[in-house]
Amino acid sequence: MTELKLPDELASLADGEEAATERLAAALARAAAEDGLLDVAYRVVDSPVGPLLLAGTDAGLVRVAFAREGHDAVLQQLSASVSPRVLRAPARLDGIARELDEYFAGRRRTFDLPLDLRLAGGFRREVLAHLPEIGYGHTASYAAVAALTSSPRAVRAVGTACARNPLPLVVPCHRVVRSDGSQGAYLGGTEAKAWLLALEASAAAA
Amino acid sequence: MDSPTPDAPLPPFEVLVSRHGAAVLRVCRALVGVTDADDVWQETFLAALRSYPSSGGVRNREAWLVTIARNKAVDHHRRNARVPEPVENTGDGTPAGGDDVVRSVEAGDTAGRVWAALGQLPRMQREAVVYHHLAGLRHAEVARLLGNSEAAARRASSEGMKSLRALLVPGGKGLRSGRDD
Repeated sequence: MTELKLPDELASLADGEEAATERLAAALARAAAEDGLLDVAYRVVDSPVGPLLLAGTDAGLVRVAFAREGHDAVLQQLSASVSPRVLRAPARLDGIARELDEYFAGRRRTFDLPLDLRLAGGFRREVLAHLPEIGYGHTASYAAVAALTSSPRAVRAVGTACARNPLPLVVPCHRVVRSDGSQGAYLGGTEAKAWLLALEASAAAA
Repeated sequence: MDSPTPDAPLPPFEVLVSRHGAAVLRVCRALVGVTDADDVWQETFLAALRSYPSSGGVRNREAWLVTIARNKAVDHHRRNARVPEPVENTGDGTPAGGDDVVRSVEAGDTAGRVWAALGQLPRMQREAVVYHHLAGLRHAEVARLLGNSEAAARRASSEGMKSLRALLVPGGKGLRSGRDD
């Protein structure tokens, strides 16, 4: 959408409206939450692995997304699959933002906020449920994770479940690596995966 | 313009806020005055958010929002008509008892002068200028809001701008001229 060009006579009417609109949008998110109309709250935080989109519902954290996934595209998916009542509401995600800060500083090993796993169904969800069993600072192969599930030979499906994990970092799919010991692909990129595994290895050794 | 196909998925509501929030604020300010505009803006976006999931058939979301804002402004005026008008003299020579816009003017600032001048336009011209020039709606959409033809909406908008220019000339005809409704 191109910015509307106001006629010169009216240009002064737009003075300061950006700040006013921002203030109103924040108040709208609060009022919407009070009226039960805020179905998906989100914010974007900076992190050592790039900007992260955090989105939550009443049930809990529903999505963590890396920049390379395209935050606008992820919000559009949330609008289609959860509810179009999506608003930026940073305060509603303070808890997870704080826990992530602690994690990136090497001061947190597990996340203990409620998770909303509605974006992962069936076998994918079963796989995600097992990932926290891989301890901080450790890794497991796709085959080893498959062995924990009801379909121990579904190694490829474990790879898919990790690649489509709606809650990366918090549900630690970065700890799943190839059987030959190489790190394998990652939602946030291979560099991010290496960085996270190095962080956990050094913090776990300290 | 955004004219989604009927089956296109709805964008996140935040997109409407960031894309159209400023234009809707201008409309609210023009219709109820700067002071009360924030409340009407909130009512507008809350109402829009409430019915948003079932708004898939809306072709132009900005026109949809402006329509809601216009209805909320009418509600606002109706509410205020039931309570006694606060006696408020700005002391800067703006005519008393007129539009809310005039009462909200703060003496001295340019925007205030323009809001006051807008408030002095006949209703049809004022609304046409606001919806077309301040909100960016096409004349056909303005006509739908005003219940007239596209040609009449275009004419009202251009006459409104002409009256506005006359009102804003330094040392010009003053705020009272151009009022004929």
